[in-house]
Amino acid sequence: MPNFIDRRLNPKDKSLGNRQRFLKRAREELKRVIKERVKSGKIADVDAEHNVSMPARGVSEPSFQPDRHSGEKQYVLPGNREFAPGDRLPKKGGGGGARGAGAGTGKSEDDFQFVLSREEVLDLFFEDLELPDMVKLNLKESVAFKRRRAGFTASGSPTNINVGRTMRNSFGRRIALRRPSRREVEELAREIAKLEAAPGAQTKNKQRLEEMRQTLDRLERRRRRIAYVDPVDIRFNRFEPQPLPNASAVMFCLMDVSASMGEREKDLAKRFFVLLHLFLKRRYERIDIVFIRHTDEAGEVDENTFFYSKQSGGTIVSTALEEMLRVIRERYPAREWNIYAAQASDGENISGDSERCASLLQDELMRLCQYYAYVEIIDERETEIFGTTDNGTSLWRAYRTVDDEWPNFQMTRIAKPADIYPVFRKLFGKQQTVQLHK
Amino acid sequence: MMPQGAASNLLFQGSDWNFETLARTYDAIETIAIDELGLDVYPNQLEIISSEQMLDAYSSVGMPLMYQHWSFGKRFVFEDHLYRRGRRGLAYELVINSNPCITYLMEENTMAMQALVTAHAAFGHNHFFKNNYLFRQWTDASAILNYMDFAKKYIAKCEERHGTAAVESILDSAHALMDQGVFRYRRPPRLSSEKERERTRERLEYEEQTYSDLWRTLPPSSENSDPSEVERDVTERKKALNLPEENLLYFLEKTSLILEPWQREILRIVRVIAQYFYPQRQTKVMNEGCATYVHYTIMNRLFDRGQISEGAMLEVLQSHTNVVFQPAFDDPRFPGLNPYALGFAMMQEIERICVDPTPEDRDWFPEIAGTGNWRETLLDAWANHRDESFILQYLSPSLIRKFRLFLLTDEADDNFCEVASIHNERGYEAIRTALARSYDIGANQPDIQVMDVDLLGDRHLRLQHNVKNGVLLEEDSRDDTLRHVRHLWGYDVSIAGVDSETGETLYECTTADLSGE
Repeated sequence: MPNFIDRRLNPKDKSLGNRQRFLKRAREELKRVIKERVKSGKIADVDAEHNVSMPARGVSEPSFQPDRHSGEKQYVLPGNREFAPGDRLPKKGGGGGARGAGAGTGKSEDDFQFVLSREEVLDLFFEDLELPDMVKLNLKESVAFKRRRAGFTASGSPTNINVGRTMRNSFGRRIALRRPSRREVEELAREIAKLEAAPGAQTKNKQRLEEMRQTLDRLERRRRRIAYVDPVDIRFNRFEPQPLPNASAVMFCLMDVSASMGEREKDLAKRFFVLLHLFLKRRYERIDIVFIRHTDEAGEVDENTFFYSKQSGGTIVSTALEEMLRVIRERYPAREWNIYAAQASDGENISGDSERCASLLQDELMRLCQYYAYVEIIDERETEIFGTTDNGTSLWRAYRTVDDEWPNFQMTRIAKPADIYPVFRKLFGKQQTVQLHK
Repeated sequence: MMPQGAASNLLFQGSDWNFETLARTYDAIETIAIDELGLDVYPNQLEIISSEQMLDAYSSVGMPLMYQHWSFGKRFVFEDHLYRRGRRGLAYELVINSNPCITYLMEENTMAMQALVTAHAAFGHNHFFKNNYLFRQWTDASAILNYMDFAKKYIAKCEERHGTAAVESILDSAHALMDQGVFRYRRPPRLSSEKERERTRERLEYEEQTYSDLWRTLPPSSENSDPSEVERDVTERKKALNLPEENLLYFLEKTSLILEPWQREILRIVRVIAQYFYPQRQTKVMNEGCATYVHYTIMNRLFDRGQISEGAMLEVLQSHTNVVFQPAFDDPRFPGLNPYALGFAMMQEIERICVDPTPEDRDWFPEIAGTGNWRETLLDAWANHRDESFILQYLSPSLIRKFRLFLLTDEADDNFCEVASIHNERGYEAIRTALARSYDIGANQPDIQVMDVDLLGDRHLRLQHNVKNGVLLEEDSRDDTLRHVRHLWGYDVSIAGVDSETGETLYECTTADLSGE
């Protein structure tokens, strides 16, 4: 008889530590991959598991290996059919003929895909956005559920027993099965005692006493057979996990796509949109994204067109705002939807239009929106000039007036990824009140 | 239709297993293994694990205890990927050369598979581990688990004290030299007990603390201007350092001037593990052949005795056939010669030659042909050979014909491969020799040795690669590995490729010329 040991219940994830070490090692490379994904993929897809290729750099394990292309080698292979000694076989395209025994093992290790979990992806995505830890934690956390009472159930944990309901069932059952009550039994017992105590009871009431004793006995047996509280009576409170009461949200992405917006600008804008989407996704069950691009005219487009196709023309920002207004009226009534808007632009606008934009926001849009974020993407060299002053493009100056009046309006200039988060700081800080808003 | 008595003879029915059927089957297998096959095994410890735990075991090179390193994480990710994609099934078992011998059984296996695996690993491999001369001489089955426990804790302690990054960089460099970290010819010292190691470590630390640089400044006893004197000095120096040395890790551990005691200990750990696995790499065909032969024989005996049902036997045969499947060289599934197939066929062949030889067998194997004692012959072969010598001794012409083996020579600067020999009278010897050589790890791995170093001079470490048949080193990985050697040595390192026949230097490369660290 050998020694059997059941290890199945031993702690799992013995190699989790190794996996973390490996990811840390490959961090730079994976970060690049994720950045590339964010650039080319859909906004809503960032927040999921990702397949990534084994990074080549940083994780190779060199050792002294014989060079395959030098020297004289000999192979012994099975399955000869037609060869005779002296036959010469061409090396290339000759099937597996030139493959050595044991070739093809281990070599493919560097070339395969593996899955990064959602947490790992977000970690990499957040890395140069410089999010505060608390925010990171909050974004990574999944949808919150609240347990809500939802009727009764016949099974559950003892702590959830509903006494009222249980007793009601028990009472009904006792009546239906005619379980003798205690009072009934006691009365009978008292009567018997009385008769027994009476003088001459033995002779006079013998018959009656005997009958009563039998009845008492029968009643008591019946009481024992029919339980006071039977398992079938017991009811438990039932709870149902309910997602926190947040309705749906719609997120408007507005972007200037005129020629002045280059690759870098669009990349920054995209990260900005992704981050807003992540924020919203934590809070709402369902999120629609509407993409509106504009040059001197605006239109609603799909995500691909939004980021990749080019359009020429001037720049009239107000057209985008009007388009947004139209979409809201048509499809997203503010009573049912939480409306979020994010606008990215390089700040250029046709002269005279900026004021119109400001008034559109002031008079109409800001009343409808939960939150409106505006980012102006500038050159890194310009950061020093514009960084702190209110000077700038006409659009910037016009929006300053909106910013002063509406607390849910945010605006900032960004030149590098790390600048993006501050735009959301207020949004995040306000989370509690926003949540209760609807 | 079966009579009641026969039905109760079955060890198990259906595919589900429980510990009772496992134990009953184990006992029946043990009876056959010990009494009929004459196997001699370590006590067995069978552990039931889940598929996830099997993946864990895979990535830490099959040891139940292993220190942490990112490369194991990489391997895990790789295995996990293949498994999830369904491109590779997990092994049904994993067995560890230790005393007691630990065998992992997967929980998903059916009872028939558990029986097969028990026969294969707990008796086949176990017998081989306990009796083969390589394992007996070079590994210490009773100490390995304790040692791994020590290694894991020690490295965790180092990480705590010196930081993960520092430990990782030493491990990276040590892993790069793992193949060059074994003694091929000299017997390695036994694993010393924990106490002894503790003493050695303390002594080293003490020496380090009390080291006085003043001794080095003493003037040399004599002027050495005479060229023959210099020559003699070099010889003296080499002798003092025990050069040339084939075990690079050993040399660096003992001689490197820049390593701290804990870094030396880590090199030692990696070296010990490399040494522990070295016999397994030299006996793949025999080890698997032995285990496959044992499980095949035992399962057939169980069936003959009516102890397992026909259904179970069919399942066993099906998986046995998969294991010993050998596709031809031009088959897209061809992965090289299957050690299970070759090993199993050779074991069966030995049995056949002993019992029922042909005239050809009598010519080739006069000592064993027709003697009838196949059991003793097999036990002797398992105990006293490694793959190379086993094939050289026992590969029979009829097996060469059965596998239709042929020999292909491949010269780098020729656009054609040439078929040198096929399975005919003139080819048997050549094929047998070539196949045996291809299993000789010593001949196939680059032979790299420490040649010389002037500890009192520029401390330049000189390695020599003895080039056989003109096979050079792959350049990128050579340079990267050389950087790792430099990292452990602390001073420049160079490697020279010297043709082992002509003595001509084919290439030279030094870390001084390599850019970056």
